[in-house]
Amino acid sequence: MNALAVLLILSCLLILGSSRPRVAIQVVAVQGIFLGLLPILRSWEHLTAGIWIVGISGLVFKGILLPWLMQNVLQRTGIQKETAPYVSFGTSLLLGIVLLALSAWIAVNLQLPADASPVLTAMAMFLVLVGLFLMMSRRKAIMQTLAYLVMENGVYALGVSISLEFPYLVELGILLDIFVGVFLMGNLLFHLDRELQHTDVDKMTELSDLQTISSEPGRDA
Amino acid sequence: MELMLLGCLLQILGGLIALAVRDNNKASLTANLSVWLGCALAAIPVISVLSGNSINPVRLEWSLTGSQLVFGLDTLSAFFCLPFLVISPLAAMYGRSYLGNPERRLGSHWLFFNLLVASMLLLLTAQNVIMFIIVWEVMAVSSFFLVMHDHEQEKVRKAGWTYLIATHIGTIALLVFFAILGSETHSLDFGGIIANRKMIVHTGALFVLAIFGFGVKAGFFPLHVWLPEAHPAAPSHVSALMSGVMIKTGIYGILRTITLIGYTDAYLGWALVIIGIISGVTGVVFALAQHDLKRLLAYHSVENIGIITIGIGVGVLGIAWKLPALVFLGFGGGLLHVLNHALFKSLLFLGAGAVSHGTGTLDIELLGGLLKKMRWTAWTFLIGAAAIAGLPPFNGFISEFYIYFAGISGVRAFTPGPIILAAFVMVSLALIGGLAVACFSKAFGIVFLGEARTTKAANVHEADLQMLTPMVILAGLCVLIGLAAPLTVYLVKAPLGTLAGSDGFDFTGIMHHTRTVFGYVALIFGILYIISLVFYLIKKLLPRANQVSTTGTWDCGYAAPTARMQYTASSFAQPLTELFRSLLRTRKTSSRIKGYFPANTEFHTETPDVAKEGIFAPIFRLINNRISPLRQMQHGNLSGYLLYIAITLIVLLIWKAGF
Repeated sequence: MNALAVLLILSCLLILGSSRPRVAIQVVAVQGIFLGLLPILRSWEHLTAGIWIVGISGLVFKGILLPWLMQNVLQRTGIQKETAPYVSFGTSLLLGIVLLALSAWIAVNLQLPADASPVLTAMAMFLVLVGLFLMMSRRKAIMQTLAYLVMENGVYALGVSISLEFPYLVELGILLDIFVGVFLMGNLLFHLDRELQHTDVDKMTELSDLQTISSEPGRDA
Repeated sequence: MELMLLGCLLQILGGLIALAVRDNNKASLTANLSVWLGCALAAIPVISVLSGNSINPVRLEWSLTGSQLVFGLDTLSAFFCLPFLVISPLAAMYGRSYLGNPERRLGSHWLFFNLLVASMLLLLTAQNVIMFIIVWEVMAVSSFFLVMHDHEQEKVRKAGWTYLIATHIGTIALLVFFAILGSETHSLDFGGIIANRKMIVHTGALFVLAIFGFGVKAGFFPLHVWLPEAHPAAPSHVSALMSGVMIKTGIYGILRTITLIGYTDAYLGWALVIIGIISGVTGVVFALAQHDLKRLLAYHSVENIGIITIGIGVGVLGIAWKLPALVFLGFGGGLLHVLNHALFKSLLFLGAGAVSHGTGTLDIELLGGLLKKMRWTAWTFLIGAAAIAGLPPFNGFISEFYIYFAGISGVRAFTPGPIILAAFVMVSLALIGGLAVACFSKAFGIVFLGEARTTKAANVHEADLQMLTPMVILAGLCVLIGLAAPLTVYLVKAPLGTLAGSDGFDFTGIMHHTRTVFGYVALIFGILYIISLVFYLIKKLLPRANQVSTTGTWDCGYAAPTARMQYTASSFAQPLTELFRSLLRTRKTSSRIKGYFPANTEFHTETPDVAKEGIFAPIFRLINNRISPLRQMQHGNLSGYLLYIAITLIVLLIWKAGF
């Protein structure tokens, strides 16, 4: 259990330090598999059908389906590498450690239900914060989608760590939402890439109607 | 009462169908039919209430706890419904032809038109604070979209935004007003508020908020800034509806506030009288300086709202001083002027619309000589102009006469207050009336008389039957109310029951007296009409009547007169505008005359709104300067926005975990 949490934390650090989206997607896939196993392992003694459904569907969606979708987008758009992030990979790793400390501190101090595991909570919090951080610090839109997935994983893990009575229908609904969200983002990315020849979020101000904001002239297709 | 709601529902439904219909003609027809039918249905309960019956309100349960959704009609609502029910169908009919069949689809226009009509009727019947505010907002927003009809034009967009901002500033004041009222009386129903009105503490503050909030809609000076912008920008039938009836909802709101709070102190009366006098005089003075026909009419709305407010103020003072004559004549004059102004102001806006439809311009200086080609428009416009200037024998004279009469009966009370009031009211009404006559002599004279100043004015065509019919009906009503003056005492008696019913006044004496006086007035009007008719017939029967001879208009020995040598509107109004120049602050630009025989020279005047330039512009500039640094936060960079979210999240988490 705790080993799983540590593995998840390490996988986050790996995403923070990697410049290639392909690697990051694979790591997110592994994260998804771990997260799917998490509820099953957590209540190994008294497993119910609901927990099996949550775990297996989580595993299938987060570990297989979504990464496959992302991989597909990656191939179609031909994005190779996150070249110039706002925050460099080394600094990202260092900041990741700060975030880890912060989430551990929050998890210890937050008033949690009695049966919640502080380690799991810290891990979940860390996932959410890393997701947010990745979203801010990366330029390629595909990394933003991945960051969104990481954040979502964190929310899922938080749900698992705090309470197992999380109604699985809600959990499944959330999974479906994420699936549709990622599907749309992938599609959007593909079209943006085709129209603009890039997927850099800092240049997306060109899409704005407000002329005053867009700083540089559009690079039309 | 159910009929009224059914009528409103029908109108909304008709608007929705018009939105869905692809063909413009069909959309216009559907919207028209639903407005007519809806107004006809609504008229049944309104007439029933005004003739002395009381009808049961409709009570509906809704999810809001502690209050009921009540729609009811008392005599005050029913009286205000009258102009709404007359003008709306006529404006719709006019609009159908005015808009014609352009390239773009008219469905959305008709949807908002029908929504506006329905929301105004619902506003008058709503007896719950929440419902009142909801329909108030629907009314504001739908009229905003109607103003924005020609949104391709920069000018129209600007006018629309001015209106939207102004009306929402008013709504903020109203929200605060109703919040205080509701929390102090522990009720959100009008009935409950009246029952608990003794618990109200901040009466003065409530009235200030109400006068501000409703005053923006009504167009009190200096809150009127949206009127001269929005009315010229909107299509004419919309201006007619907005200026004729929509601004009256502000007056209704103030009267409703008086019935709700029941605060009838002399201070309130004086405040209303002074507001009315200021609005009336400044309105007409600014109207004098305008070149745009619809802008001129918009300023006259400010003037007439002023006259109405004077009347209401006199009525409130009458209650405070326990003088039934002042109550009856003040409120009566104000209320009758609501109806009358709705009639002649709509008539004038429709006439202005016919002029702009026929010539393509509303600039008075470019028109001229339209009387010959637009006979019907010109004559109905003349009736409207005489009526709005308060000239006999039309309806405007009657309602202003009520207020004069109130002044005279105030003098006879032989106490200082009413005598001062009488002096104030009569002098300012006389000033307003005189200036209004000058202003409409200018408007009518320059637009319809003389020679065409431009080819636009020369190639004019008369409006079609569908546009003329509403104008003729309205002009007919103006004449009719003038002739039926003695009967108006019964009309205004009904709403007085709601306004001053609980104070136990006996109006029989003053009613009888007023009716007798108006009997003579109507008799004189009748004789006037007969004499005019006789003269007309004599002229027709004279052998030379049908001879037409053409000569140059201003020959005077000059060989080559042109139409451009005519008196212009600006020069006509110049002596008067010069008199008020400290208020008007007209900007004049002219080129210097060079040489002994100057060839080209120009002179241009522009009168910006003093309230807009002097009060609102500096305030908004100040606010803008203060908050514009914040705009840097909205830089359009996605990562930056995410940073805001992250910082908020982390701060919240630390706060929650650490403290």
